[in-house]
Amino acid sequence: MRIKKHPILEFKTGKIVKFTFDGRELEGHEGETIAAALHAAGIRTMRESGHLHRPRGLFCNIGNCSSCLMVVNGEPNVRVCVERLREGMNVETQKGKGELK
Amino acid sequence: MRQIEIAIVGGGPAGLAAALNASKLGAQVILIDRNDYLGGQLIKQTHRFFGSKQQRASERGIDIALELANEVMANEKIEVLTEATALGHYEDGVLLVEQAGKIMAIKPERFIVATGGAEKTLLFPNNDLPGVYGAGAVQTLVNVFGVKPGKRVLMVGAGNIGVIVSYQLLQAGVEVAAIIEGAPRIGAYWVHAAKVVRAGVPIYTRHTILRAEGEGEVKGAVIAQLDDNWQPIPGTEREIEADVICLSVGLTPLTELLWQAGCQMTFVPELGGNVPFRNEQLETSVPGLYVAGDVSGIEEASAAMMEGALAGINAAASLGYTSDTLTADRQNVLDQLAGLRSGPVGEKIRKGLAQCSL
Repeated sequence: MRIKKHPILEFKTGKIVKFTFDGRELEGHEGETIAAALHAAGIRTMRESGHLHRPRGLFCNIGNCSSCLMVVNGEPNVRVCVERLREGMNVETQKGKGELK
Repeated sequence: MRQIEIAIVGGGPAGLAAALNASKLGAQVILIDRNDYLGGQLIKQTHRFFGSKQQRASERGIDIALELANEVMANEKIEVLTEATALGHYEDGVLLVEQAGKIMAIKPERFIVATGGAEKTLLFPNNDLPGVYGAGAVQTLVNVFGVKPGKRVLMVGAGNIGVIVSYQLLQAGVEVAAIIEGAPRIGAYWVHAAKVVRAGVPIYTRHTILRAEGEGEVKGAVIAQLDDNWQPIPGTEREIEADVICLSVGLTPLTELLWQAGCQMTFVPELGGNVPFRNEQLETSVPGLYVAGDVSGIEEASAAMMEGALAGINAAASLGYTSDTLTADRQNVLDQLAGLRSGPVGEKIRKGLAQCSL
């Protein structure tokens, strides 16, 4: 959900780009974080924990906590709270630790 | 191997102020930040600061960040490395930095650590569900990216951050169900608390969260009243409907580099956790290693800027740089800091600092 009207802030957003989330085509603004684009699309679950397979989402949103690790363009363990969205990105829910192929 | 007079890790309020003050005395500085922008957490602070004019009172954090960052970028004595992560500090004083997949070694004569802090979490069942966020995380989402975290928020913690972020959520059009606070009193400045109360948000003191509810994502929370021993009172449980739970329960210093460098550390709850011992110059037990801002103890951005200025001045002065106004400038910063930490508001900080002075 995006904020439409704000009393103090004007949000300067990049051009609209397309990306995929678990195979689903979504749109976001270029240069915003992947986490922001997913939240704008109502998606808050980003990963499954390794042992108990519990859903995990964003916690710190500034690259500290690694709660939001996802697989981006095939690369696992990407902190999507600080990774900027680009045209055509392939974003996937990460299950467990993630393996480098 | 790069040689440099002063390396600073962290481009938030403390690191920016350190860079500007050190370079003003003539020192060559490298400023390292892992983000692709400068300003640290100032970039999400839309409220007006308190304090004196010199402490930038009534200015908003977002504007201060831009101004300091522009000043740093335009300064030819400061080399800025963004998207650069300080990976380690070695016994021979070498700092290893990763930037764009490449590793570089930097050997600074003086080293200022201004890495800031991280949000704490709270223990309760389901605290790992998507929908449980740090309050600062939500502030970033809303104020930097213009995106809402959900529809209805339960804020845990009525300190300055909890109350200010609640108000900023209202400004963004997000409903705030309630603010709960374990202590018997609201910790935030009254002017901030009054604004959210006027907007109709209840603040329940002596309340805590027992658990988050929801399968897969947060759908609600159960809260309860606490007795004087901080124990939940049976029968006072209450369900709150919320798809967002924000934790505003304090921050803790990001001290990894300090541990690695062998700084003498001590646990000081008043300052948010483990902090380095430091002298009045802000130099740690490791000669030539200075600290500034939240990494040396959690305070406000105004104090971080003053500490940054102090560390920058002292690091440059220790290299032999001086000016006609050096003594007066240093004293002025010390006076500003003493002012910020005076009175009942600064009591906790004063108590904390007394436990980690060299």
